[in-house]
Amino acid sequence: MALIIKGLNKHFSNSEKATLNNINLEIKDGEFVCITGASGCGKSTLLNLVAGLEKPTGGAIFLDGNEVKGPGADRTVMFQEHGLFPWLSVIENVKFGMKLKGLPKDVQEKKAMYYLKMVNLENYKDYPIHQISGGMRQRTALARALTMDSKVLLMDEPFSALDKQTSNMLREELQKIWLETKRTILFITHSVEEAVYLGDRVVVLSQTGHILSIIKIDIERPRHVYAPKFVELRHQILEEVRGEAV
Amino acid sequence: MAITLFLVLLVFLWQTLYWTGVSALGWWKPYAVPSPVGVTQSFINLCKNNALAEATINSLVRGITGYLIAVIIGIVIGLLINHFTYLQKTLKPIVLGIQTLPSVCWVPFSILWFGLSTNAILFVVIMGSAFSIAISVDNAIKNIQPIYKKAALTMGANKRQMYINVIFPASLPEFVSGLKQGWSFAWRALMAGEVMTTSKGLGQTLIMGRDLADINQVMLVMVVIVIVGIIIDKYIFSIIEKRILSKRGLV
Repeated sequence: MALIIKGLNKHFSNSEKATLNNINLEIKDGEFVCITGASGCGKSTLLNLVAGLEKPTGGAIFLDGNEVKGPGADRTVMFQEHGLFPWLSVIENVKFGMKLKGLPKDVQEKKAMYYLKMVNLENYKDYPIHQISGGMRQRTALARALTMDSKVLLMDEPFSALDKQTSNMLREELQKIWLETKRTILFITHSVEEAVYLGDRVVVLSQTGHILSIIKIDIERPRHVYAPKFVELRHQILEEVRGEAV
Repeated sequence: MAITLFLVLLVFLWQTLYWTGVSALGWWKPYAVPSPVGVTQSFINLCKNNALAEATINSLVRGITGYLIAVIIGIVIGLLINHFTYLQKTLKPIVLGIQTLPSVCWVPFSILWFGLSTNAILFVVIMGSAFSIAISVDNAIKNIQPIYKKAALTMGANKRQMYINVIFPASLPEFVSGLKQGWSFAWRALMAGEVMTTSKGLGQTLIMGRDLADINQVMLVMVVIVIVGIIIDKYIFSIIEKRILSKRGLV
């Protein structure tokens, strides 16, 4: 049992109602869980709480039995806006977390190249960030996140700032990479299709910040968006999200 | 090329104005209006015994010394008011206030404390620029995009690593423009200080011109002060700035 979220509440002092209400969720090792819901349902807040970037007003989060008290390398985040450092090259960005950990230089190099190859960026390793495309930036961010060997990888709408074509390509790649690496991933997305495509389970949040439902996605990978079962599940979840949205 | 032509034209216009207004029509007194010919004469005179070069070098050495001390003090104060919320609330408004003081205001203190010495001038230079550097350090750090810090935190950065690997490089472009502004404050404060004392330097050469009723010498020193300012801006700060910005794709 990797990540346990117990009775989690979040109420920002400047808002009338609570953003998250009594969230209970368990994520197993190697599981890919997607959280979706209409905008404003608090899905990004949930991720920030797990990352330790925000403090809950009630309840707690446990990772391998230890309560989450603040941000840490065991819960690396991949952000919507890549969060790469513009003063570093692609490979220097990928090595950043390993450098903080104090890994030996040759290990850093080897690992960085391994993951850069995985995301097909080995030929761009010395490029400055401003000279690569938005999709390449997200791939760099993905490579950087993978090098951390975090217990849980947190992804906050990582593909939603990209154009549709690039974002579809990246989710295919992410599916492949997940099959190869079997990381534990908590993935936030507003796109139901993306959630059904990627997740082992899809958690739907309501506008009141409750868990509306948790749906198991029993489709073999690699998945195809036109498969009848996929269409049916996507439709079912979409109805739930829509019925919720006012 | 365009600028050279413009300057030549400007000097020509100035000389014509001088001939018409002073020599031909007698509107203005010759001791109150400098002329390009007079300034050149003055330049030749002051070059003969290397007086101008000596004054310029003295001023530069003093200015740079004071500036470097001000940079160190400014960085320390800036980091402190940025790091401690208490100092941010209490000390920063005071630093901000002191920063608005014209540097000449420090001259009486400096003379009382250090006499008519080089140290008195350095004091004025430091007081004139350290606080503006402190404020720009604080601002540069505050304007860092939060996502950089967030990303580093979720990769396990501790406080020291955050400063070295994120805060310093992320604030560098704004920090350098703060340093540049600090230099221009220092250079101006230097003149305020030098004018008051008798140590050899550009400020003192300027005042000597006034005492000798030599308006051309006054003008010459003003021109030199401007030229030195331009050279340092263009050949030191602008180059550093450009390098930093182009590496990040910002120019």
